[in-house]
Amino acid sequence: MKIAVMVKQVADTAARIALLPDGSAVNYEGVQLVLNPYDEFAVEEAIKLKEAGGGEVVLFNLGPDSADEALKTALAMGADRAVVLRDPELGQADASVRAEILAAMIAREEFDIIFCGKQSVDSDTHQVGPAVAEKLGMPAVTFINAFSLEGNKATVSREAEGVAETLEITLPALFTCTKGLNEPRYPSLPGIMQAARKPKEVLSLADLGIQPEAKVKRQGLGSPPPRAEGRMLTGETDEKVKELVRLLRDEAHAI
Amino acid sequence: MDFQLSEEQNILREMVRDFARREIDPVAAAGDLEHRFPRETLSKAAKLGLMGITVPADYGGSGMDFLSYVLILEEIARSCASTAVILSVHNTLACGSIHKFGDEEQKRAWLPPAASGESLGAYMLTEPGAGSDAASLSCRAERHGEGWRINGSKAFISNGGQAGFGILYARTGPGEDSDGISAFILDMKTPGVIPGPEEAKMGLNASSTVMVNLEDVLLPENALLGKEGRGFPLALDMLNYGRIGIAAQALGMAEAALEESLKYGREREQFGRPISEFQSIQEKLTNMHMDVEAARLLTYKAAAAAVRGEKIILAAATAKLFASKAAVRCAEEAVQIHGGYGYIKEYKVERIFRDARVTEIYEGTSEVQRLVMARQLLDM
Amino acid sequence: MASICVVLEHGRTGISKASLEALGEARRQAGDGQVTAVIIGKGLDEAAALAGRMGADRVLVADDDRFAEFNLEAHEHALSQALVDVKADFLFMPVSTHTRELSSRMAMSLGSGLAVDVTAIEEKEGRLHFTRPIFAGKALETVTLEGRPAIATLRPNLFQPMEEDAGRSADISAIGLSDLEGLRTLVKEAVAAAIDKVPLGEAQIIVSGGRGMKGPENYRILEELAGLLGAAVGASRAAVDAGWRPHADQVGQTGKTVSPVLYIACGISGAIQHLAGMSSSRFIVAINKDPEAPIFKVADYGIVGDLFEVVPLLTEEFRKALG
Repeated sequence: MKIAVMVKQVADTAARIALLPDGSAVNYEGVQLVLNPYDEFAVEEAIKLKEAGGGEVVLFNLGPDSADEALKTALAMGADRAVVLRDPELGQADASVRAEILAAMIAREEFDIIFCGKQSVDSDTHQVGPAVAEKLGMPAVTFINAFSLEGNKATVSREAEGVAETLEITLPALFTCTKGLNEPRYPSLPGIMQAARKPKEVLSLADLGIQPEAKVKRQGLGSPPPRAEGRMLTGETDEKVKELVRLLRDEAHAI
Repeated sequence: MDFQLSEEQNILREMVRDFARREIDPVAAAGDLEHRFPRETLSKAAKLGLMGITVPADYGGSGMDFLSYVLILEEIARSCASTAVILSVHNTLACGSIHKFGDEEQKRAWLPPAASGESLGAYMLTEPGAGSDAASLSCRAERHGEGWRINGSKAFISNGGQAGFGILYARTGPGEDSDGISAFILDMKTPGVIPGPEEAKMGLNASSTVMVNLEDVLLPENALLGKEGRGFPLALDMLNYGRIGIAAQALGMAEAALEESLKYGREREQFGRPISEFQSIQEKLTNMHMDVEAARLLTYKAAAAAVRGEKIILAAATAKLFASKAAVRCAEEAVQIHGGYGYIKEYKVERIFRDARVTEIYEGTSEVQRLVMARQLLDM
Repeated sequence: MASICVVLEHGRTGISKASLEALGEARRQAGDGQVTAVIIGKGLDEAAALAGRMGADRVLVADDDRFAEFNLEAHEHALSQALVDVKADFLFMPVSTHTRELSSRMAMSLGSGLAVDVTAIEEKEGRLHFTRPIFAGKALETVTLEGRPAIATLRPNLFQPMEEDAGRSADISAIGLSDLEGLRTLVKEAVAAAIDKVPLGEAQIIVSGGRGMKGPENYRILEELAGLLGAAVGASRAAVDAGWRPHADQVGQTGKTVSPVLYIACGISGAIQHLAGMSSSRFIVAINKDPEAPIFKVADYGIVGDLFEVVPLLTEEFRKALG
């Protein structure tokens, strides 16, 4: 069984996100970088499958050199090798470009299953997984929280707006993973030591023979509006309650 | 001079911090209140390779360097000083002694079960009548056939009530000083090894500290570690590493004290403002910050020297002395910053205050560290 | 003036509210341009007519048993077929688990740009600019999209649906579908999910009760509100110490630290230990009898009143708003 896992290094979710003084990009200085939390579920599921039925878990990563650390974490968990593409120009690449590149990297070999996290917690597009599946011409299910395999069919569950769905998919297929799928293991110390010795193949766009074009152009970057001063609602009780619900829905968009 | 850690070390630190946050934080307070030995945590830690951190992979260990080990202890100590001391004694003093001074047979026999977490190690040097003056120990090991018969008492033995094996120091030669002391590997299940009841301590309550009585304990010949009569230099050598380990433990505590204080200072409001805006609180916080930074640098420097195989006696004593005093100072300031809440057991700083105090005492009191440092400085 | 196509999600209860919002926004942005609604599902006559009344000029339907449950492969096929017939500049969809995957695949298949979870659309220099949150909303980016149709998925509860116009009707036609053989995706089951208790630490909405709750039996009213909102129920230290709620529910310095989108504090005074546990909530609502309660200093919205009166009214009002 050959399993591909797409992984990304992202800013830690606890990090304070500030913009560069000229507003052109997010300021990454001092920001802790980690393996995308949702990718951990993907890596764990792939390794579990390998442990159960044999095979190989190959990581795919598109990013700057610093992404090697996230890669090593996944290798330390038990992935076998990594295929990466490093190109500083691609730093701000939109999801469709990323998907095109990752699909080309993955297409070089034949995989039975592709896993990735349901979203990367920086761009939050949830897009790359299904887009890669489209490019590779395979079925995809997103947000899976249960996975089992029988021959060349996978049975998965996921929740969509309060409906629990169970789907049967014929492999090869791609799945994006969410919390509840498994408990990602901690990389063990021996795992961390071995990670450094696992093979890492470095590709360039020329190797892939593609020249993806940006489909999404960033025009501006901003910070969310600052927190407004608290408001004490007035009037009769039922008026106050109506007003509160209205504010929560239309002003705060909290519900 | 490169103050960066390697990629592996960063991943390692992340992993241990994650582990400590998820597995140790939730149980640390209860462990302290109920004096509960963290068996479950240790068995999870063992699965990650944390019970044989510097033991070579050939013997079932993780084969990491000493600086990586120090990072691990620091992160564990941030969450729970008791768990940190258990790991420190086991890894450095117990496993470390066998790794450095054991012969192949001893390494093969003792290191794998230690590294796998099956067997916890203890270190038995101190006696009721021999603390700082460790060389005056009186536990006797007499020749008995091919082996030895041991009689004596050991005091304040960390991990003693839970250990599967220990490094035991006993007198084999005549005289009453450092000459004639030998080191042994002791199987704690040997008849005559009688651990006493758990001491009721000021702090480190989740850890085990007991007296161990040895009554006609019979050991085989191959229990001797290193050369007969040359045990004391072995003890001194291992204590250097142990001291850096304690420095790491103290560092973790100092960092936790600072972290808690920064959080509390920002949130607690009096006189209409967060107390962190008051100069007297800022004085405390900045002192703590300097203490932590300096303790960290001294500890890492000593560990890096150990990795390079350099002489570490001065660096180790310096780090231990400074870091332990820093931990005590930081814990004290942290309680003060928390005001009344710092005196309440529900607040972490109350436990850190009690835990920190012993770092100035064990593995060589602060006074002994000064002695060691002075001798190095003055070439005595 | 643009030509905009809108996918209207049709579930068990008809067209979703979020879909009508997307349709309304498409109508607004299209101006005099054509708005085409696409509905894929089963039993769509009512829905198609409603789409017309809510702003669509044209409605394309794929009405078939095979589309009764969402099947990404089948739905993608139907949507692709629909687009063959439509020269749209943009394709809008409301954000949902289903449309996330559908829009991602369509964007790749069409070779066009996709803006996900859009919170604002503005025309500038003849182009549409889409604003969307990144880093979990800690920053906002504004983008333009290449390719036609470019795709945008719109965040629910932000855009306005059109006023229903009874006199308005659309041109309704069926999407020409080819055989749906060889699907590699099979929907085995789709059932209403059991409402598992939302873990406190992960909840997006938390309804919390303190000393003002007066007793454990009264938490029932918070649980009802929480059930409606899909929220978790928390408690202050006072309530936990009194034995009214388990320690696992405690929010505060010595309990859990939470950062939900919405924190509703009922009968909680707002002592610093509690604030330490929830002050990073995106929005804080406080309900308390005491106008001087410290909680009001951190609340975004405050109601001074008897929580036993306010909370049930709130539950009713929410029920109406979310219905």
